[in-house]
Amino acid sequence: MKSLAELAAIRDKMKDKVVLREGTSDTRIVVGMATCGIAAGARPVLSAFVEGVNNAGLNSTVTVSQTGCIGICQYEPVVEVFQAGKEKVTYVKMTAEKAAKVIEEHIKGGKVVEEYTYTYATKA
Amino acid sequence: MKELSLNVLDITKNSVKAGATLIDISLVEVGSLLTLTITDNGCGMKPEVVETVMNPFYTTRTTRKVGMGVPLLMLAAEQTGGGVTIESRHKEEHPENHGTVVTATFHTDHIDFTPIGDLVSTMETLIMGSPEIDFTFTHDMNGHRVELDTRQLREVLGEVPLDSYEIIQWIGDFLREQYQPAE
Ligand SMILES: Nc1ncnc2c1ncn2[C@@H]1O[C@H](COP(=O)(O)OP(=O)(O)O)[C@@H](O)[C@H]1O
Ligand code: FES
Ligand SMILES: [Mg+2]
Repeated sequence: MKSLAELAAIRDKMKDKVVLREGTSDTRIVVGMATCGIAAGARPVLSAFVEGVNNAGLNSTVTVSQTGCIGICQYEPVVEVFQAGKEKVTYVKMTAEKAAKVIEEHIKGGKVVEEYTYTYATKA
Repeated sequence: MKELSLNVLDITKNSVKAGATLIDISLVEVGSLLTLTITDNGCGMKPEVVETVMNPFYTTRTTRKVGMGVPLLMLAAEQTGGGVTIESRHKEEHPENHGTVVTATFHTDHIDFTPIGDLVSTMETLIMGSPEIDFTFTHDMNGHRVELDTRQLREVLGEVPLDSYEIIQWIGDFLREQYQPAE
Protein backbone atom coordinates (compact mmCIF):
# COMPACT_ATOMS: atom_id res chain seq x y z
CA MET A 1 0.00 0.00 0.00
CA LYS A 2 1.22 3.50 -0.90
CA SER A 3 2.16 5.32 2.26
CA LEU A 4 2.72 8.93 3.20
CA ALA A 5 6.26 7.90 4.19
CA GLU A 6 6.87 7.02 0.55
CA LEU A 7 5.53 10.43 -0.44
CA ALA A 8 7.95 12.04 2.01
CA ALA A 9 10.82 10.18 0.33
CA ILE A 10 9.74 11.50 -3.07
CA ARG A 11 9.55 15.00 -1.58
CA ASP A 12 13.14 14.79 -0.37
CA LYS A 13 14.33 13.72 -3.81
CA MET A 14 12.29 16.51 -5.43
CA LYS A 15 13.53 19.35 -3.29
CA ASP A 16 16.60 20.09 -5.40
CA LYS A 17 14.67 19.83 -8.64
CA VAL A 18 12.14 22.43 -7.53
CA VAL A 19 14.77 25.11 -7.97
CA LEU A 20 15.32 24.01 -11.57
CA ARG A 21 11.64 24.51 -12.36
CA GLU A 22 11.87 28.18 -11.47
CA GLY A 23 13.67 28.96 -14.72
CA THR A 24 11.51 29.93 -17.70
CA SER A 25 10.85 27.01 -20.00
CA ASP A 26 12.05 27.07 -23.57
CA THR A 27 8.96 25.22 -24.71
CA ARG A 28 5.36 25.44 -23.55
CA ILE A 29 2.83 22.83 -24.65
CA VAL A 30 -0.74 23.93 -23.98
CA VAL A 31 -3.71 21.57 -24.26
CA GLY A 32 -7.24 22.95 -24.74
CA MET A 33 -9.41 21.51 -22.00
CA ALA A 34 -12.76 23.29 -22.38
CA THR A 35 -15.89 21.12 -22.56
CA CYS A 36 -15.47 20.50 -26.29
CA GLY A 37 -11.80 19.58 -25.88
CA ILE A 38 -12.54 17.16 -23.06
CA ALA A 39 -15.41 15.61 -25.02
CA ALA A 40 -13.17 15.17 -28.06
CA GLY A 41 -10.46 13.34 -26.09
CA ALA A 42 -8.12 15.99 -24.66
CA ARG A 43 -7.53 14.16 -21.37
CA PRO A 44 -5.49 11.25 -22.83
CA VAL A 45 -3.70 13.72 -25.11
CA LEU A 46 -2.62 15.74 -22.08
CA SER A 47 -1.48 12.56 -20.29
CA ALA A 48 0.52 11.50 -23.33
CA PHE A 49 2.34 14.85 -23.45
CA VAL A 50 3.04 14.85 -19.70
CA GLU A 51 4.36 11.30 -19.84
CA GLY A 52 6.27 11.79 -23.07
CA VAL A 53 8.02 14.93 -21.83
CA ASN A 54 8.98 13.19 -18.62
CA ASN A 55 10.19 10.02 -20.35
CA ALA A 56 12.30 12.12 -22.68
CA GLY A 57 13.87 13.77 -19.61
CA LEU A 58 12.71 17.22 -20.73
CA ASN A 59 10.94 18.29 -17.54
CA SER A 60 13.25 21.22 -16.89
CA THR A 61 12.88 22.85 -20.31
CA VAL A 62 9.37 21.87 -21.41
CA THR A 63 6.13 22.60 -19.54
CA VAL A 64 2.78 21.04 -20.32
CA SER A 65 -0.29 22.95 -19.21
CA GLN A 66 -4.04 23.11 -19.65
CA THR A 67 -6.14 25.95 -20.94
CA GLY A 68 -9.81 26.54 -21.68
CA CYS A 69 -11.37 27.43 -25.00
CA ILE A 70 -8.98 27.88 -27.93
CA GLY A 71 -11.88 28.79 -30.21
CA ILE A 72 -11.82 26.09 -32.89
CA CYS A 73 -14.24 23.46 -31.53
CA GLN A 74 -14.43 21.30 -34.64
CA TYR A 75 -10.66 20.74 -34.53
CA GLU A 76 -10.46 19.59 -30.90
CA PRO A 77 -8.41 18.20 -29.24
CA VAL A 78 -6.20 21.21 -29.94
CA VAL A 79 -2.64 21.62 -28.69
CA GLU A 80 -0.51 24.74 -29.00
CA VAL A 81 3.28 24.72 -28.87
CA PHE A 82 5.08 27.93 -27.92
CA GLN A 83 8.83 28.13 -28.32
CA ALA A 84 11.02 31.11 -27.64
CA GLY A 85 11.78 32.98 -30.86
CA LYS A 86 9.49 30.81 -32.98
CA GLU A 87 5.97 31.13 -34.26
CA LYS A 88 3.23 29.32 -32.34
CA VAL A 89 2.33 25.91 -33.77
CA THR A 90 -1.28 24.74 -33.44
CA TYR A 91 -1.89 21.01 -33.68
CA VAL A 92 -5.45 19.82 -34.27
CA LYS A 93 -7.51 16.63 -33.86
CA MET A 94 -4.83 15.27 -31.59
CA THR A 95 -4.59 11.77 -30.14
CA ALA A 96 -2.17 10.18 -27.70
CA GLU A 97 -0.35 8.55 -30.66
CA LYS A 98 0.01 11.86 -32.47
CA ALA A 99 1.29 13.39 -29.23
CA ALA A 100 4.09 10.82 -29.11
CA LYS A 101 5.09 11.75 -32.66
CA VAL A 102 5.02 15.48 -31.88
CA ILE A 103 7.34 14.92 -28.93
CA GLU A 104 9.72 12.83 -30.98
CA GLU A 105 9.88 14.97 -34.11
CA HIS A 106 9.03 18.49 -32.97
CA ILE A 107 9.92 18.80 -29.28
CA LYS A 108 13.03 16.63 -29.45
CA GLY A 109 13.87 16.88 -33.14
CA GLY A 110 12.92 20.50 -33.78
CA LYS A 111 10.84 19.66 -36.87
CA VAL A 112 7.14 20.61 -36.88
CA VAL A 113 4.81 17.70 -37.77
CA GLU A 114 3.13 19.63 -40.58
CA GLU A 115 0.31 17.20 -41.33
CA TYR A 116 -1.13 17.58 -37.82
CA THR A 117 -1.21 21.37 -37.85
CA TYR A 118 -4.18 23.71 -38.14
CA THR A 119 -2.52 25.34 -41.12
CA TYR A 120 -2.37 22.00 -42.91
CA ALA A 121 -5.93 21.01 -41.92
CA THR A 122 -7.41 24.27 -43.21
CA LYS A 123 -5.38 24.42 -46.40
CA ALA A 124 -7.70 24.22 -49.41
CA MET B 1 -19.13 12.50 -23.09
CA LYS B 2 -17.82 8.94 -23.41
CA GLU B 3 -17.24 8.56 -19.69
CA LEU B 4 -18.85 10.13 -16.65
CA SER B 5 -15.35 10.83 -15.36
CA LEU B 6 -15.01 13.34 -18.21
CA ASN B 7 -18.16 15.14 -17.05
CA VAL B 8 -16.64 15.18 -13.56
CA LEU B 9 -13.47 16.76 -14.97
CA ASP B 10 -15.42 19.33 -16.96
CA ILE B 11 -17.86 20.29 -14.18
CA THR B 12 -15.07 20.55 -11.63
CA LYS B 13 -13.26 22.94 -13.96
CA ASN B 14 -16.24 25.29 -13.46
CA SER B 15 -15.39 25.31 -9.75
CA VAL B 16 -11.76 26.05 -10.60
CA LYS B 17 -12.83 28.94 -12.84
CA ALA B 18 -15.08 30.22 -10.03
CA GLY B 19 -11.97 30.77 -7.93
CA ALA B 20 -12.55 27.94 -5.46
CA THR B 21 -9.76 27.09 -3.04
CA LEU B 22 -11.36 23.85 -1.87
CA ILE B 23 -13.34 21.47 -4.05
CA ASP B 24 -14.98 18.27 -2.87
CA ILE B 25 -15.84 15.55 -5.37
CA SER B 26 -17.97 12.75 -4.04
CA LEU B 27 -19.45 9.72 -5.76
CA VAL B 28 -21.63 7.46 -3.69
CA GLU B 29 -23.07 4.25 -5.07
CA VAL B 30 -25.84 2.58 -3.11
CA GLY B 31 -27.19 -0.35 -5.04
CA SER B 32 -27.84 0.98 -8.53
CA LEU B 33 -28.16 4.61 -7.47
CA LEU B 34 -25.10 6.77 -8.05
CA THR B 35 -24.98 10.26 -6.56
CA LEU B 36 -22.27 12.62 -7.77
CA THR B 37 -21.76 15.78 -5.73
CA ILE B 38 -19.26 18.52 -6.54
CA THR B 39 -19.01 21.19 -3.84
CA ASP B 40 -16.89 24.31 -4.08
CA ASN B 41 -16.23 27.53 -2.21
CA GLY B 42 -15.93 29.61 -5.37
CA CYS B 43 -17.76 32.84 -6.23
CA GLY B 44 -21.13 31.15 -6.65
CA MET B 45 -23.95 32.17 -8.99
CA LYS B 46 -27.00 34.32 -8.63
CA PRO B 47 -30.31 32.43 -8.91
CA GLU B 48 -31.04 33.80 -12.39
CA VAL B 49 -27.63 32.59 -13.59
CA VAL B 50 -28.31 29.09 -12.28
CA GLU B 51 -31.58 29.20 -14.20
CA THR B 52 -29.81 30.18 -17.43
CA VAL B 53 -27.05 27.66 -17.00
CA MET B 54 -29.56 24.83 -16.66
CA ASN B 55 -31.75 26.01 -19.55
CA PRO B 56 -29.29 27.49 -22.04
CA PHE B 57 -31.55 27.05 -25.06
CA TYR B 58 -34.73 28.45 -23.56
CA THR B 59 -33.26 31.56 -22.10
CA THR B 60 -34.25 35.01 -23.30
CA ARG B 61 -30.78 36.35 -22.59
CA THR B 62 -28.72 36.24 -25.72
CA THR B 63 -25.71 38.17 -24.50
CA ARG B 64 -24.46 35.23 -22.52
CA LYS B 65 -22.27 32.65 -24.25
CA VAL B 66 -23.98 29.28 -24.04
CA GLY B 67 -21.99 26.73 -22.09
CA MET B 68 -22.40 23.02 -22.78
CA GLY B 69 -20.85 21.55 -19.63
CA VAL B 70 -23.86 21.60 -17.34
CA PRO B 71 -26.34 20.60 -20.11
CA LEU B 72 -24.14 17.58 -20.95
CA LEU B 73 -24.14 16.49 -17.31
CA MET B 74 -27.92 16.92 -17.20
CA LEU B 75 -28.27 14.82 -20.34
CA ALA B 76 -26.09 12.05 -18.90
CA ALA B 77 -28.12 12.00 -15.66
CA GLU B 78 -31.58 12.43 -17.14
CA GLN B 79 -31.15 9.73 -19.75
CA THR B 80 -30.82 7.23 -16.89
CA GLY B 81 -33.91 8.57 -15.10
CA GLY B 82 -31.85 10.70 -12.73
CA GLY B 83 -31.27 14.44 -12.71
CA VAL B 84 -29.17 17.42 -11.73
CA THR B 85 -29.69 20.08 -9.08
CA ILE B 86 -27.53 23.15 -8.50
CA GLU B 87 -27.49 25.06 -5.24
CA SER B 88 -25.44 28.19 -5.25
CA ARG B 89 -24.71 31.13 -2.99
CA HIS B 90 -23.26 34.12 -4.77
CA LYS B 91 -20.53 36.04 -3.03
CA GLU B 92 -22.47 39.33 -3.16
CA GLU B 93 -25.35 37.96 -1.11
CA HIS B 94 -23.23 35.54 0.89
CA PRO B 95 -19.84 37.13 1.40
CA GLU B 96 -19.01 34.75 4.23
CA ASN B 97 -20.00 31.39 2.80
CA HIS B 98 -20.37 31.49 -0.96
CA GLY B 99 -20.03 28.54 -3.26
CA THR B 100 -21.82 25.98 -5.36
CA VAL B 101 -23.06 22.43 -4.95
CA VAL B 102 -23.81 20.47 -8.10
CA THR B 103 -25.59 17.18 -7.47
CA ALA B 104 -26.31 14.60 -10.15
CA THR B 105 -28.04 11.28 -9.72
CA PHE B 106 -27.80 8.31 -12.06
CA HIS B 107 -29.44 4.92 -12.26
CA THR B 108 -26.46 2.74 -13.07
CA ASP B 109 -28.65 -0.18 -14.13
CA HIS B 110 -30.27 1.90 -16.87
CA ILE B 111 -29.28 0.99 -20.41
CA ASP B 112 -28.30 4.59 -21.14
CA PHE B 113 -25.97 4.91 -18.16
CA THR B 114 -22.56 6.16 -19.32
CA PRO B 115 -19.74 4.14 -17.72
CA ILE B 116 -17.94 5.97 -14.91
CA GLY B 117 -14.58 5.51 -16.61
CA ASP B 118 -11.19 6.64 -15.40
CA LEU B 119 -11.73 8.83 -12.32
CA VAL B 120 -8.07 8.47 -11.38
CA SER B 121 -7.05 10.17 -14.59
CA THR B 122 -9.61 12.90 -13.93
CA MET B 123 -8.14 13.55 -10.48
CA GLU B 124 -4.59 13.58 -11.87
CA THR B 125 -5.62 16.06 -14.55
CA LEU B 126 -7.38 18.34 -12.06
CA ILE B 127 -4.48 18.40 -9.62
CA MET B 128 -1.93 18.95 -12.41
CA GLY B 129 -4.04 21.80 -13.76
CA SER B 130 -4.58 23.51 -10.39
CA PRO B 131 -1.89 22.42 -7.95
CA GLU B 132 -2.71 25.35 -5.64
CA ILE B 133 -6.32 24.22 -5.09
CA ASP B 134 -7.21 21.63 -2.48
CA PHE B 135 -9.27 18.67 -3.63
CA THR B 136 -11.04 16.09 -1.56
CA PHE B 137 -12.25 13.03 -3.42
CA THR B 138 -14.38 10.15 -2.24
CA HIS B 139 -15.80 7.27 -4.25
CA ASP B 140 -17.93 4.97 -2.16
CA MET B 141 -18.97 1.81 -3.97
CA ASN B 142 -21.49 0.14 -1.71
CA GLY B 143 -19.13 0.49 1.24
CA HIS B 144 -15.77 0.13 -0.56
CA ARG B 145 -14.28 3.62 -0.22
CA VAL B 146 -11.58 5.27 -2.25
CA GLU B 147 -10.35 8.56 -0.80
CA LEU B 148 -7.93 11.38 -1.42
CA ASP B 149 -7.36 14.66 0.41
CA THR B 150 -4.68 16.92 -1.05
CA ARG B 151 -4.49 18.86 2.25
CA GLN B 152 -2.99 15.75 3.85
CA LEU B 153 -0.49 15.40 1.01
CA ARG B 154 0.44 19.07 1.29
CA GLU B 155 1.29 18.59 4.97
CA VAL B 156 3.86 16.01 3.94
CA LEU B 157 5.07 17.85 0.85
CA GLY B 158 5.73 21.26 2.33
CA GLU B 159 6.77 23.58 -0.49
CA VAL B 160 7.14 20.80 -3.08
CA PRO B 161 4.28 21.45 -5.53
CA LEU B 162 1.57 18.85 -6.10
CA ASP B 163 1.98 19.02 -9.88
CA SER B 164 5.50 17.55 -9.98
CA TYR B 165 5.47 14.51 -12.24
CA GLU B 166 6.57 12.13 -9.48
CA ILE B 167 3.88 13.40 -7.11
CA ILE B 168 1.13 13.06 -9.70
CA GLN B 169 2.34 9.50 -10.39
CA TRP B 170 2.20 8.76 -6.68
CA ILE B 171 -1.33 10.16 -6.41
CA GLY B 172 -2.44 8.04 -9.37
CA ASP B 173 -0.92 4.88 -7.90
CA PHE B 174 -2.35 5.72 -4.48
CA LEU B 175 -5.87 5.92 -5.91
CA ARG B 176 -5.52 2.93 -8.24
CA GLU B 177 -4.37 0.77 -5.34
CA GLN B 178 -7.45 1.72 -3.37
CA TYR B 179 -9.66 0.68 -6.28
CA GLN B 180 -8.19 -2.79 -6.25
CA PRO B 181 -10.27 -5.20 -4.18
CA ALA B 182 -8.54 -6.29 -0.97
CA GLU B 183 -6.45 -9.43 -1.45
N1 LIG C 1 -19.30 25.94 -9.74
C1 LIG C 1 -19.61 27.09 -10.36
N2 LIG C 1 -19.38 28.28 -9.75
C2 LIG C 1 -19.68 29.45 -10.36
N3 LIG C 1 -20.22 29.54 -11.59
C3 LIG C 1 -20.47 28.39 -12.25
C4 LIG C 1 -20.20 27.11 -11.67
N4 LIG C 1 -20.57 26.16 -12.56
C5 LIG C 1 -21.06 26.80 -13.62
N5 LIG C 1 -21.00 28.14 -13.46
C6 LIG C 1 -21.45 29.18 -14.42
O1 LIG C 1 -22.21 28.55 -15.40
C7 LIG C 1 -21.67 28.78 -16.69
C8 LIG C 1 -21.95 27.61 -17.60
O2 LIG C 1 -21.20 26.46 -17.22
P1 LIG C 1 -20.97 25.31 -18.27
O3 LIG C 1 -22.29 24.77 -18.71
O4 LIG C 1 -20.05 24.35 -17.68
O5 LIG C 1 -20.33 26.03 -19.53
P2 LIG C 1 -18.92 26.83 -19.63
O6 LIG C 1 -18.07 26.33 -18.49
O7 LIG C 1 -18.38 26.45 -20.95
O8 LIG C 1 -19.27 28.28 -19.52
C9 LIG C 1 -20.22 29.08 -16.42
O9 LIG C 1 -19.66 29.87 -17.46
C10 LIG C 1 -20.30 29.86 -15.12
O10 LIG C 1 -20.66 31.19 -15.35
S1 FES D 1 -15.92 25.95 -26.96
FE1 FES D 1 -14.89 24.65 -28.33
S2 FES D 1 -12.96 25.55 -28.64
FE2 FES D 1 -14.03 26.88 -27.30
MG1 LIG E 1 -17.87 24.34 -17.87
